[in-house]
Amino acid sequence: MVIENFTPVAALLGGALIGIAATLLLLLNGRLAGVSGIAGRLLLSLRPGDVAWRVMFLLGLVVGAGAYGLVASPAIRIDASLPVVVLGGLLVGFGTQLGSGCTSGHGVCGIARLSPRSIIATLVFMICGGVTVFLVRHIIGG
Amino acid sequence: MLRSAAALLAGMLFGLGLAVSGMVNPAKVLGFLDITGRWDPSLALVMAGALAVAMLGFRVALRRPAPLLDEQFALPGGQGIDGRLVTGAALFGVGWGLVGFCPGPAVASLAFGLGDSFTFVAAMFVGMWLYRVVGQSRARQQELRTMEDEPAD
Repeated sequence: MVIENFTPVAALLGGALIGIAATLLLLLNGRLAGVSGIAGRLLLSLRPGDVAWRVMFLLGLVVGAGAYGLVASPAIRIDASLPVVVLGGLLVGFGTQLGSGCTSGHGVCGIARLSPRSIIATLVFMICGGVTVFLVRHIIGG
Repeated sequence: MLRSAAALLAGMLFGLGLAVSGMVNPAKVLGFLDITGRWDPSLALVMAGALAVAMLGFRVALRRPAPLLDEQFALPGGQGIDGRLVTGAALFGVGWGLVGFCPGPAVASLAFGLGDSFTFVAAMFVGMWLYRVVGQSRARQQELRTMEDEPAD
């Protein structure tokens, strides 16, 4: 194993910001900062009063990342081909709804609450993500 | 109104954190998932940093009887570990590994205007919608029940 592109300080700093954001949303609105849940429940829209804060949170993600883009130039590289991008998006959308969460909801908020469900879900998606990358990069692409 | 402003603020800090940590970059996320290749452990430290703050912050926040701007905390109830959880997490993991985007970074990355970001987010919403359609008859009762106590997502 070779370690490469490791950015520990930026990672810890960015992670701490994410932790502060999740804490604020819980302390102020009583909600968990799980992006797939916030986005997915927009589609249900059973209660009109429940829509605005979801849209604002998602908008905030774009604005916050964009603000950093004004002072730095973050690298973004998507290597997947168009059909794979579409397939990946479909799987992420469907899977996070079936599994009630993603990296933020299970991986950060759920584990912070020591939820056994979230710990299991995080292990499963980490392993499946790792196996997928292994197959794509080293078996199919190798 | 106040709740929307709070959500905007939390979203902005979250998006800033994703950008600062490099997690908006799918290539960097795939570098983490590729442990047998040239491994980039950054994502583990992003989670460690987020968890260290959130564990402490959540403890303080949940000591209150209610959040500051709402009547009660909307926390997931005690569902067990079941097939839905594991299958959903597995499907999500495969999609994550194929592209390197999970929902938060995918949405945040829209700020940088790449066509693939928009395609991914659109496909993601279609996937979410498909779940509602396909799972509707089976999950309707479950859904109505969980509407009251918001699942952990």
